[in-house]
Amino acid sequence: MTDTTQKSHAEIDESITSRQEMSGLQAALKTQPFWVFVALIAIAVVMSFVSDVFLTERNFFNITRNFAFFGIMALGMSAVICTAGIDLSVGSLMGLAGIVTGLVMQAGYGIGFGFFACMGAAAIVGLINGVLIAYLRMAPFVVTLGMLAMSRSIAMVISNNKMIYDFGPDQDLFEWIGGESVFGVPNPVWVLMILTVVFWWVWRYSTWGRWVIAIGGNADAAKLAGIPVERVIVSVYVLCSCCAGLAAFLLVGWFGSVTNALGLTYELNVIAATVIGGANLMGGVVYAFGAPIGAALMELIRNSLLLAGIDALWQQFFVGLFLILAVLLEQIRNRGRS
Amino acid sequence: MSLLELEGVTKSFGAIHALQGIDLTISEGEAVGLMGDNGAGKSTLMRIIAGNFLPTAGRIRINGSEVHFHKPIDARNNGIEIVYQDLALCNNLTAAANVFLGREIRKKFGPISYLDHRAMFDKAGELFRELKSETRPRDLVKQMSGGQRQAVAIARTRLSDPKLVLMDEPTAAISVRQVAEVLNLIHRLKDSGHAVILVSHRMPDVFEVCDRVAVLRRGTKVADKQISETSPEEVTGLITGAIENA
Repeated sequence: MTDTTQKSHAEIDESITSRQEMSGLQAALKTQPFWVFVALIAIAVVMSFVSDVFLTERNFFNITRNFAFFGIMALGMSAVICTAGIDLSVGSLMGLAGIVTGLVMQAGYGIGFGFFACMGAAAIVGLINGVLIAYLRMAPFVVTLGMLAMSRSIAMVISNNKMIYDFGPDQDLFEWIGGESVFGVPNPVWVLMILTVVFWWVWRYSTWGRWVIAIGGNADAAKLAGIPVERVIVSVYVLCSCCAGLAAFLLVGWFGSVTNALGLTYELNVIAATVIGGANLMGGVVYAFGAPIGAALMELIRNSLLLAGIDALWQQFFVGLFLILAVLLEQIRNRGRS
Repeated sequence: MSLLELEGVTKSFGAIHALQGIDLTISEGEAVGLMGDNGAGKSTLMRIIAGNFLPTAGRIRINGSEVHFHKPIDARNNGIEIVYQDLALCNNLTAAANVFLGREIRKKFGPISYLDHRAMFDKAGELFRELKSETRPRDLVKQMSGGQRQAVAIARTRLSDPKLVLMDEPTAAISVRQVAEVLNLIHRLKDSGHAVILVSHRMPDVFEVCDRVAVLRRGTKVADKQISETSPEEVTGLITGAIENA
């Protein structure tokens, strides 16, 4: 008798330990990216009736390639926003990194060195942002707004305001990486898919990812728990900048030319994509799949308006509308929970 | 030999003397209540022991050897764990994630190490069971009651098997039923041989779980008595200054 009660106690304890508020699927149902994905499918279904062109392979190729660049940048941005920060400099940084890549390769250096220079320039900008924000405790908005102006200006100065279209000995390879496809999927989309899986792993299984989420939730608690908060924040800004640098590298290869206006106002699209994908500007929330889904939704809106014959001038209106609706949706869901 | 020994600890902020010559000793498995009115110096003393800042003068000894805490991590490395008043938890993480924050259990796969969620859930569940708390390791902290949050914060201190647990107002902002829960948690800490310093405004709590009570007034220690030799009335008098010292 005593034995059975003992055992049942152990079982109850065990069930408490493993009990969860909800199953994995239920948890997915509660996330923002899931509902944005549902909206994505709904728009696609509607569009398949509206336009014959929509479901063609060619159109899908274009849509996915177009949002890949934003998706890659949004992955980095979601890390920054998870720490309750913001990075306004990514668009200008694209211009700077693109110009640096162009100048280095135009000077006759190979693609390896070009890539290294591109990512190096991005990492330096990210490092400056991160150090000012983490160690000098300046507001991310102000620091990156300043960097937005400075990066663009440096890009203008070093490019001497000229377009670069000669990429030296590795021009063909460079243009292949950004502009061509493997197995019918554009190369930038491969990069986005691989990075998304990597980020998913990082957020779920890496210590660094756990620390970033903790800092977003309660930076003081993270600090008291012995997490090197400042260093992690610097790394987050460097990562975000490197994502922008990578996007610039691919985008310049696709365009086959670069001007210092590359990435102008992209920061707004990237932030919008990140927020639509479920990031919360208050920090502490991050989804790896949110970034590509948010970017995809924005591109889908653009594409749909185009195919439906609606004036392109309406495009920004609908992007803005979806941004506000996405945040509203999150508010409503949160209210229902508490 | 005492576990923790403070000798003549003084802390000044400019012209303000927050603490003046505090002597305090704590032995293993002993619970000491630290009481005093607002501004009496309780928080300052806590922060010195926790390593938030160094004393202006005086010595701190652990097991007889002198220590200098420059950072909270120094105190932790010397076996002192702190449960902060605001609990210092991340609301957006699970109970288990909070327990292991900064001390995550990792598994290795070749050169890649990754979080061992299973092990952390199990170990956290074990700690909650030991504390007889119904906190579930997989729940998010933001969905929890005040008592459950306390359990998470206390479970966290038990990871390293500390010598001394410092608790800052653990019963200040929770319901009566949860207060009983937290006091039980403190009893369990004592039973397993941990020394506890309980900073509290609540007289009944101190008299229920502590062996000794130390009273601070205006930065000096005015009393240090066994609970069995004093009464709530006397302690109240000491705090307010109606009784000069004892």
